[in-house]
This record gives sequence, C-alpha cells and structure tokens, in this order.
Amino acid sequence: MIDSIPIEYTGARSADGPLLVIEHVTGVGWDEDAVITLASGERRHGVVLDVNDDLAVVQVFEGTSGISLSGTRVAFSGSPMRVSVGAQWLGRVCNGRGDPIDGGPPIHGDRLVAVNGVPINPAARELPRDPIITGISAIDGLTTLVRGQKLPIFSVGGLPHLELAAQIAAQARVADGAFQIVFAAMGVTHADAEATRDALEERSQSGDLILFINTASDPVIERVLTPRIALTVAEHLAFERGGHVLVLMCDMTSYAEAVREVSAARGEVPGRQGYPGYLFSDLAALYERCGRLRISSGSLTQIPVLTMPAGDITHPVPDLTGYITEGQIVLSQEMQSRNVYPPFDALSSLSRLMRHGVGPGQTRKDHMAVAGQVYAALGHARQVRELTDLVGETGLAEADRAYLRFADALEAGFINQGRTEHRAINDTLEHAWTALTMLPAGDLSRLDPVELARHLASAVPDGSEGST
Amino acid sequence: MSSAPADLRMGKVRRVNGPVVDVVGLNGVAMFDVVAIGDAGLAGEIVSIDGDVATAQVYEYDGSVSPGDPVTSHGEALSVTLGPGLLGRVFDGILRPLDAKDVWLASGRASDASDMSWHFTPDATVGEKVAPGALLGRVTEGVRFEHLILVPPEVDGVLSWLSPEVDASAHQPIARVGAVDVSLSHRWPVRRPRPARARDGEPRLLRTGQRVLDLLYPILCGSSASVPGGFGTGKTLLQQQIAKWCDADVIVYVGCGERGNEMIDVLEDLARLRDPRTGGALRERTVCIANTSNMPVMAREASIYTGVAVAEYFRDMGYDVVVIADSTSRWAEALREFASRTNQLPAEEGYPATLGSALAAFYERAGNFTTLGGNRGSVTIIGAVSPPGGDLTEPVTAQTRRFVRCVWSLDRDLAYARHYPAVSWNESFSRDAERVGLMRSEDGDTAWAERRALALALLAESERLESLVELVGAAALPDRQRSTLRSAKLVREAVLQQDATSADDAYCGEAKQKALLEMVLAVHRALIERLEAGVDAQRLEQVDLSRVSSARESGGPDDVAAVTAVRDSVLALLKTVT
Ligand SMILES: Nc1ncnc2c1ncn2[C@@H]1O[C@H](COP(=O)(O)OP(=O)(O)OP(=O)(O)O)[C@@H](O)[C@H]1O
Ligand SMILES: [Mg+2]
Repeated sequence: MIDSIPIEYTGARSADGPLLVIEHVTGVGWDEDAVITLASGERRHGVVLDVNDDLAVVQVFEGTSGISLSGTRVAFSGSPMRVSVGAQWLGRVCNGRGDPIDGGPPIHGDRLVAVNGVPINPAARELPRDPIITGISAIDGLTTLVRGQKLPIFSVGGLPHLELAAQIAAQARVADGAFQIVFAAMGVTHADAEATRDALEERSQSGDLILFINTASDPVIERVLTPRIALTVAEHLAFERGGHVLVLMCDMTSYAEAVREVSAARGEVPGRQGYPGYLFSDLAALYERCGRLRISSGSLTQIPVLTMPAGDITHPVPDLTGYITEGQIVLSQEMQSRNVYPPFDALSSLSRLMRHGVGPGQTRKDHMAVAGQVYAALGHARQVRELTDLVGETGLAEADRAYLRFADALEAGFINQGRTEHRAINDTLEHAWTALTMLPAGDLSRLDPVELARHLASAVPDGSEGST
Repeated sequence: MSSAPADLRMGKVRRVNGPVVDVVGLNGVAMFDVVAIGDAGLAGEIVSIDGDVATAQVYEYDGSVSPGDPVTSHGEALSVTLGPGLLGRVFDGILRPLDAKDVWLASGRASDASDMSWHFTPDATVGEKVAPGALLGRVTEGVRFEHLILVPPEVDGVLSWLSPEVDASAHQPIARVGAVDVSLSHRWPVRRPRPARARDGEPRLLRTGQRVLDLLYPILCGSSASVPGGFGTGKTLLQQQIAKWCDADVIVYVGCGERGNEMIDVLEDLARLRDPRTGGALRERTVCIANTSNMPVMAREASIYTGVAVAEYFRDMGYDVVVIADSTSRWAEALREFASRTNQLPAEEGYPATLGSALAAFYERAGNFTTLGGNRGSVTIIGAVSPPGGDLTEPVTAQTRRFVRCVWSLDRDLAYARHYPAVSWNESFSRDAERVGLMRSEDGDTAWAERRALALALLAESERLESLVELVGAAALPDRQRSTLRSAKLVREAVLQQDATSADDAYCGEAKQKALLEMVLAVHRALIERLEAGVDAQRLEQVDLSRVSSARESGGPDDVAAVTAVRDSVLALLKTVT
C-alpha cells in the first residue's frame, strides 16, 4: 500500500493504547502514512495524528501490543495513506486493511488514491434519482433506495440486520448500466463473517462484489480504516468507471467504538457517552462520500448498518448518523418477536429521497400514492390499536376493525418475505394493493379512482393475491 | 474596509493537530489575521496568541503540513469581496465561488479572478462631498434586481470623479472619493458588523407563506428565530420553504455542516421556481454559501459570519434580507473542536465558555436599521439547531433560546406521525406576535389576534383532553369536549399541516391562510351551536368533515374561493343535521 520508504526513525518515546510517540523526527507532516517495523520484523501501519516540533504521534492500526520502545523502527511516507484503486478489486475478499484473504494474489490497481478521499464540491453534484431495487418489498415499496443516497439501517443486537444487509448485497440491482457492490463488515463474529461470505458467494464469483471483513477478533483500530478503503475503491468504480456502486457498511457502531478508543488514548475531552465531539464530522466524512456527479454517469449509494445500544435511538451513533443520512430504515424487536422478516418498523422508517426515485419510468406510476396511502393507513391503524387496548376489539367501529385487518395483512403479505426471496417491484406494489383493498374505499383518497376500482374488482374476498 | 495590505510577516509551523496549527515567528501578528500555510498557501486565521506562539484554524485540509513549513501573513483580517455577482451563485465558507471550482475540492490557493463585467449607471454629482453609504450609481442584476453602488464604509471626501455609464469589472474604479478609488466591489472583514446609522428602522411583516408560522408564530423583519429539532423533524425543509417563498428582497442561505445533496436540491428548486413578485427565478435573489459536512470543519465557523456580512451588504442598500443558517449546531461544534484541540477549559458538554457570547453576537447582527445612506434595511436571522438526541436542554439549544425572538420548535412525535411542518405548539413561541397583531389590525384585519388566540386555545385544550382520553377513552368525555377534540384536529389538519412537496399548497398566500383558519373556526362554532340546539352528538360525529381537512389542497396558493366553497357547503350540511 505504501510506495516509497524514506528515513526510518528509531526514537520511540512512548506507547499507549493505539498510539506511539516518536521523537527526533524532521519534516513529518500531519496525516502522513507510517510503516512501523517491530523488532521481530513484523510490519504494521499507522497514521500521524499530531506533529509538534520533532515529536510525532502515530496511531497504529494493528494496535501497539508487542511493540517495545527499543527495536521499533518507523518510516513516514510523505503522503496520506493511500490505496491502489482499480477494477482488480472486483470479486475479491479482503481483511479490514484491504489485504486479500481469499488465497488470491495481492491487489495491484491502476493508481494510488488517498483513503480519506477529497471532499466533493457540492456545486458539482447532481440530485440522486432512479431507484436501486433491492427485491425486498418493505424497502422498495415504502423506503425506496435512490442512487446516490445514503440510507442507514438502524437495528438492535440480536436482530437479523447482517442477514438483511447480505440479502440486499446479494440481490440488489438496477435497471440499466453496470452495478457493483462493496460490502464492508466491521467487528462481526467469525460465524457471521462466514455466513456473509456464503450469502455473497455467488455475486462475488460473478465479479460484481468486493468484500472487506474485519472480524471481532481483528485489531479494533483497523476498523477506522476499513470503511475508508472500501469507499475509496468504490468512488473509483462509480465516478471514474461510471458504475452504479452500492456500499454496505456493517456495523458502524463498532466503527465508532474504534474512533472512541483512539480519542480516549489521546486524552481528548469526551463528549456524549465518551465519544469525541468530532464524531459528527468523522461520520460525515464517510457518509458524504456518496452521490452523483455532473461529470460522471455513475453513482455511489450507501447503506450504513448500525446497532443501537440498548435500542436507544438517541445514542450518539444512530443520532449523529440520522443527522447526516437521508432517512433511515428501522428494524424493531417487536416485529422480530412476531417472527416477521425483515422486522421492518414502517412508521419509524423514511427514505427522504424516495420521491426522486419512483414513478413512471422509474418504478411505477402509482408508487408514491400507494406508499403514501400505506403510511397514512398504518398511522391510523396504530391509533386504532392503542384504542383497542382501552375499549377492546369489540368496542371498535367496523371501519376501525378494517384497519387492524389491513395492518395484519400488510405485515404478513407485504413486509414478511423469504430470506432469499427477490420480489420484483410490480409484485411488491401488488402486495400493497391487496392489503389496501381491505380498507373502506372511501378512505383511500390518495389512490387513483380508476386503479382503485380495478383492484377492488379483482380483489378476492379472502385477501389472497390481487395481481393482474 | 481593508486598506493596502500591511507588511508581510513570515513564520514557521511548529505543531499540526488536525485543522489547528501553531505558528512561531509571526512577530506582531494580530488576532483574526489571515495566514497562508505551507507551500500550498492553505488559508487559515489566527484565533489565539500566546507569547511567541500564534494558533491558526485552517480552512482547508492540511495533510502533510509539517513543523518548519513556512507561514505568511499580510496582516489582513478574514475578509471577503462584496459587490455585484453574489446573487444566484454558490460559494464556500469564505466566499470563494464553488460553481467555478473542480468536482473534487483540493486545498490550496484559489484564483478567483472573475471576468464578469457589469453595466454601471452613475447617479451622483461630481464635486459634492460624499459620506459612507451615499449612492454612486446602480448595476442591474438578473431580471431587475437593483444593486446599489454605495460609498463603502470608512471612505469619505469629495467625489472628484465618477465614471460615465460603463461596462465595468468588479475591481475597476468607477469613482474617486477623496483619495480613494472606489470600484463596484470592496473587501470587508466578515467578523466585523458593518456600520449603520441607527437601529431604529420600523419593522415590517415577514410573510413566510407557511401557515403555522404566519398564523401562530409570526416573525417580523429584523427579528431572529431558532428552529430546534431532532434529525428528520423538518428543519431543512422548513428553512428551504422560507428561503423560497418569504417576501424578503434577498436571501442568504448558509448550508453549514449539512448535506451536499440538500444544497443541490435547493439550488435546483430555486433555479426552477419563479419569484411571484419579479417574475425572475427565485435563485436570482439568493446567495448560497455551502460548507457541507465533509468540507473542512473550521470553515464552518467562518461561514456563519460570511453569511451575515453578505446580508449586511445588501441591507445597506435598503433591502430586507433573510439569513438562513442550517445548522448553527455544526458551527458550534467547530468552536468546540477548536477549543478541545487547544486545550481550552471546557464548559458545558465540552463547548467553550464563550459559546453563549458567540451566539449572542451572531444573533445581534439581526435588526432593523437606518443605513449609513439613510435607507431602511433589515437583517433577519433564522438558524436551525440540531440538538444531540433531540435533547432541548443541551447547551446550543438552550443558549440560543435566550437570544432569539422566535423559537419554532420541531417535535419528533409530530414528524413521526407525518404532521408537517412539525412545529410544536407547546415548545414554540414568538415575541413578535403581539406587534404583528397590532400591525394586522392597522391593515384592516382586526380579528387576526383573536383567531390566533382561538386556534391556540383549541390546541391547548385538546392536548389536555387527550391526556384524559388516554386514561378513560374518548367515549367517556362529554359531547362538548369530544367536539373540541374534533375541532382541534381540524386546526391541525386543515390549517397547520402543509406539505412542502405539494404543487398547490407548498406556499400559501395571506388571504387563503385567513380563509382556512376562518373556515375551521366557523365549523367549530357551528358544531357547538348544533350541540347546544340539542342535536344528537353521534349524528353530528357522523358528518364527514374530511373535505375541510383537504380544502388546503383544493386550489392554488391564493385560491380563496375554493376554500369558501368548502366552508359554505359544510356549514350548510351541518345545518341539516337534526
Ligand atoms: N413540510 C413538509 N412537507 C412534507 N414533508 C416534510 C416536511 N417537513 C419534513 N418533511 C419530511 O421529513 C423529511 C426530513 O426533513 P428535513 O430534511 O427537513 O429534516 P431535518 O430536521 O433537517 O433533519 P436533519 O437534522 O437530519 O437535517 C423530509 O425529507 C420529508 O420527507
Ligand atoms: Mg436538515
């Protein structure tokens, strides 16, 4: 990863957590890439966090365990950490530092690019449009993912968010142009890593996917690097090669914990829950690396996946993520306990860019109206359910009972689906129609009357498939 | 106003800690002087001095800068060039045009040489003594924006030469005042408020076109408002709606530490939408300052001041200017990051103890003024606040509340129920409401304040009743109270909700606003009147009032007739219920 290696310094002064302080350096710049060679000959990688006169503070991605002050040599590369980008990455499986773990040869791309990226000029962007079809009804139907969007999945430990992410990675597609997936797993267990590899095997074989895996037992600080390498490779595929690239990053909470660890080692003033005050900017520097550009036909779309500690949406990681991303998909324990997959909490979920990605020519003419009607009806169904707790189901008006039946049907027939099932957008929307036709026709004011009449006519009383 | 650059000072980098750089050897450097760091000449600003060491915050990515690198300073405070060519364009936090830059924002010296020229028409008498703010002539921008060329602050004397009508670049002299050549543009240090004659301008209404604001929490030109709310509660959309539709003359939209996609969204909308008053594109009255969250953090800090300086520049021409800042929390976070990297003693939640005074100084730049030239002009500031975890007691939200005249607090529950704009009627206030009531009354609408009071009372009463309902169920309430719940629901659905994506209702004219609220209040009175006349409550409850709720979508922004038609037919229908 590192091109030329000039002077090696031997003056290690102190080591603490992931940090190594080197003295008597000259001409070393902030954010420079460093290679640390241990007495054993082992090589590690680092980055300069602070230079003060002749002292440099280096963050070691593999941690400082085993590093002794004498016998350790450090070389600085004179440039920020870079990665070699190119189509050679496609089809490969790597660790969190980008070294292959698939038994294949090292990856030599076309040229070196700084892993921190360069900010995109907002005036050079184009508005995201056109959908990515994930084949998952809840997402495609209600929180459509738009090319160039960043749409996170908020989950809780124990829920199948990793499976969902892998399912999306395995089956997402676009209607036109090259489509590629970059999957960065951070802090996952070995079992989960294996399961993910298996789920993505086919797509990986076809050369459309790159998999980065940092497991729970890999160095923690390495996780700071994983999304950066993944995004740098993805930016190249999207903006220079014109592909539509979807990056999934799971679990961002593990990533943020690594950032917190570095901050604590530096003795920085801790913010909420010990996370540094700059966590917002740090996350934004990752999440903003997506979109569409005027100069390129490609797009970069992100699905960060994170777990909310104790299910708390106000925890800094989901909170700051929500402040940067364009909507959120929320998974809920409650849906899980009803055995619904994906356990998608519709009322808490929103795709802020959906309206730019759906409609005639993109998905279907009735899409926005159907989604709006589903949301409105679910909102009412929730009120009815609360009322039911008070007066009992028998105390409800018939119209209100219809809402409860609707919500159940939507859950069973639309949200719930198989773990390898890919639903076409037409099927997704027809499933939604089937549930909607159970409601009093007079309440369906958002739907086109002609369409409504057609669906009502073909709806079989038992609520079975109403597709045409 | 900058004079010729003072003497050049040279120093060296001693320490680089992210965007904070310690410099030695810049003898005599002053606070807020601009420095150029390293061979690339990265822009930075001195923000603290301790003995021989001056600390700079750097506005660009400073990777590879190392101790010993050269630093230069010309002794100029962080300044921007103000003149024709700001409207309709996009700039970064220190007013470098972004629309002229590369896709990827590399660091380093920018050449912002503009080759635009402007048609100047003189309008002053040579030989007379002129003072700052005096009119020299005009430039027309866009369709019909009159850009007044005034004698800059701190320049006065006899007007010894004035150019005839000419096409001039921004830097070419068009007049000579005393010993100074005046061009169409001049430099101004952004942290310094531009002088005005007095803070005594008579305020005028700022019509936002958003019903919940104009009817319940109105704002006057020259006031300030804070929009706090958790993520996704609608801060950006509300501010964008104001930027699009409010009746100010100039909008300065500062995207501070927010999303790139949002900037493009608002720019495209502004380019497409027509200004109902001039017929030109709305973008022609807007200056955009975009310092998105992935751009260097410290420039966020400056972008807020840059925005206000630009606003004051247009204010000096006698215009009503609105500054929109989304989000001031990101600016405060830049302050915090700097404080933390320079080991300042943290006060609340790591913010420096100066947070309150910094916020106060910023919002103080709003106001109604008599300009140096004797015109009336105003600056209104509307700032979003993004409280961590939606916690309204956190320092930035709580401190801001002290210094603004309006708080439009956005409520997560309302947003999740998709009640937009999610402006809460429990947490919001407007200190301008009373004055607005009087002004409306003088304009002939004597019942404005009364309607507002009735609407607020209905909302408050229903809030109280709803907590009862949670305990006993709606069925246990007396008929009259159930009717109140229903009327309050109509206030929320028919009046307060306003879909920013709607073709007909994204913006709502004054007459339609009034008609909608009057309709709901009339229906409310009719319901009570029927109950009192002994009509069966259940039969009344069966009357379908959904037409009232959707009346806002039944016609365009100024279509009062469509609303009155709904009102009349619903009132007639209620009369028939016995
Ligand atoms: N007035 C409105 N009309 C219709 N939809 C709205 C309105 N206000 C908000 N929304 C919906 O809520 C979403 C979030 O709104 P917005 O982007 O303004 O939130 P925000 O408070 O700025 O969030 P953040 O703090 O994350 O930037 C929008 O994308 C839109 O779907
Ligand atoms: Mg926002």
